Amino acid sequence: MAPTLAVFKLASCDGCQLTLLDCEDELLALAGEVDISHFLEASSAVAPGPYDLSLVEGSVTTAADAERIRAIRAASRHLVTIGACATAGGIQALRNYADVDEYRRVVYAHPEYVSTLATSTPVSAHVDVDFELRGCPIDRRQLIEVITAFLAGRKPDVPDHSVCFECKRRGTVCVTVAHGTPCLGPVTHAGCGALCPAYQRGCFGCFGPSGSVNLPALIPLLRRDGLDDDAVERFLHTFNAPAFDEFTEPGKSDESHETGKEVRK
Amino acid sequence: MTHRGSRVLHVGSLSRVEGEGALRLRVHDGTVTEARLEIYEPPRFFEAFLRGRSHTEPPDITARVCGICPVAYQMSACAAIEDACGVSVGPVIRDLRRLLYCGEWIESQALHIYLLHAPDFLGRASAIDLARTHRAEVERGLRLKKAGNSLMELLGGRAVHPVNVRLGGFHRVPTRAELRPLQEELKQALDDAWDTVRWVAGFEFPDARVEADLLALAEPDTYAIEGGTPTVLRLDGTRESFPVRDFTEHVTETHVAHSTALHSRLDGRLHLTGSLARFAISGARLSPVALQAAVAAGLGDPREGAVCHNPFRSILVRAVETVYAVGEALRIIEAYEPPARPYAEVPPVAGTGHGATEAPRGLLYHRYELDADGVVTSALLVPPTAQNQGAIEDDLRRLAQRAITEHDPDDDELTALCERAIRNHDPCISCSTHFLDLTVVRTQGGCDA
Repeated sequence: MAPTLAVFKLASCDGCQLTLLDCEDELLALAGEVDISHFLEASSAVAPGPYDLSLVEGSVTTAADAERIRAIRAASRHLVTIGACATAGGIQALRNYADVDEYRRVVYAHPEYVSTLATSTPVSAHVDVDFELRGCPIDRRQLIEVITAFLAGRKPDVPDHSVCFECKRRGTVCVTVAHGTPCLGPVTHAGCGALCPAYQRGCFGCFGPSGSVNLPALIPLLRRDGLDDDAVERFLHTFNAPAFDEFTEPGKSDESHETGKEVRK
Repeated sequence: MTHRGSRVLHVGSLSRVEGEGALRLRVHDGTVTEARLEIYEPPRFFEAFLRGRSHTEPPDITARVCGICPVAYQMSACAAIEDACGVSVGPVIRDLRRLLYCGEWIESQALHIYLLHAPDFLGRASAIDLARTHRAEVERGLRLKKAGNSLMELLGGRAVHPVNVRLGGFHRVPTRAELRPLQEELKQALDDAWDTVRWVAGFEFPDARVEADLLALAEPDTYAIEGGTPTVLRLDGTRESFPVRDFTEHVTETHVAHSTALHSRLDGRLHLTGSLARFAISGARLSPVALQAAVAAGLGDPREGAVCHNPFRSILVRAVETVYAVGEALRIIEAYEPPARPYAEVPPVAGTGHGATEAPRGLLYHRYELDADGVVTSALLVPPTAQNQGAIEDDLRRLAQRAITEHDPDDDELTALCERAIRNHDPCISCSTHFLDLTVVRTQGGCDA
């Protein structure tokens, strides 16, 4: 029997599961190798678990989703999270530094109708995860590699070096060295193929931190290249905010918690 | 056993839509008393956390509202912030933006036609299932979708959340030589788009009619995509326009208990945006090749007043729009000369800016207030599905009522009909709704379940 594949979505933009449908050249071949048992965006045929491989997009932002992810884990032989929301809490984790009640009042006329947690957390904060695929959005080639590896029972070949390696491999001139452009490439996980520098802009960290990160060494460079403290803060606090927090200087990290408290007043 | 009488039908998970939602249908003594599209997509609070960001940031940030139409978010954000700052971009940048947007239209319309919508007409659960009997057609759909993605990847860097868009234009513009190889793929895509029109024209369409005003952008000389003036075709046939800056005076949002998407009304009435609305408002400005496609699809000639009100036939309009978008992409590439600069400077000015563009599934409005340093002090995003939600519910209610009156379907059949009715509108539940749960509440006599 073909192994079963399931795709689930929590709070997210759908972009990472769309990446699977964007594998136009591989989609039908893949569908021949697996039994797609649960993938609501693509199919109205839904089969119950257990699933050999479950891909989960999105972060946990409601009590119901916290329950749901436990059920998904229980029904999955292997659970792989796809994208910045599922691996780091995503852009919606910006609420973690603010007062979610105030957010609710700003966006909704009837905040009492909206049920949400005060935080957006990665799937790994709730259940064991077998593999985390980075990116906002994930990269199509890496997704195919991860699915193929799990189906073959081997470890995915997804190196955790930084975007800088990919720039060198691509032959892109360093935007920081040549143009003084602020770039998070030195601390950002590879996978996109060093896209932003190839388009003459600095990396903005949408794949989250790479394997060995020295953020304190990068920050003076960002300041040298024209970012003030607020801009550095925003640069790091966008698509993978909580993931980069781990690597900020201890003092810096405390400061951001303080900021969070002030907003709550 | 008869199903007449009263019941509540609840569909807890809608499939083949973008995002997650549910449907609740209440039937009392054979009358549909309530049809509720429940959007339970968790709130993500974009409008709250955009405050305090630099005016340069919303194009990258708001792209993350939707993985299916990120370009629409980037383009509406740029238009609104450039409006606030009093900057207008030159014709080459406008063309390049339209080219990128054509990529998204081709990708998204092909996704909807082949992967989400066509399986309904052929009684299949998915495109993968459909490929067992219609392999060549599904391969054609994927090829067409890929052509849209190739365009987005070249011009935007990648198909989901492109990196190359910035205020005032692009970080880097392509050379003529870089764009040229796309022409071959797009010529094939034009054939594929035409074959798509012929294919979907052969489907069977139930009779139906949306009873809502239609709202789309209009431009004097072209089919509006990346800008234009909001224009309404009312049910009584009258037309009127209003400036983008007056959008929220006409389209008002209310918050209902069953949905995390806000409900909109246009001057107090239900309205629909998207393919049907665009075709009704701007159809006469389609290119000659797209007008031919409209006639071949059986939609008639919009220059002679042809309008399509049948939501089941929206797949035909999407196919025609795909022919148009591929043709536009080829036209822009053919005429392209790189601009002197990839972007116009957009220095901040304190003020408010408005921007609206045509996302594949309808009009997307953004408003930003900036302070003198360019810091965003407030943001408002009005996505198409939030606007369409009321009209979709009304459509559902009427279709369900007709089915119950005519042949009293069982719950499974009614569920399938409701899911189809929702997919007709290509709702994006991630922007505002995607997965439908249907609850039918059936009650009898004075007893309400």
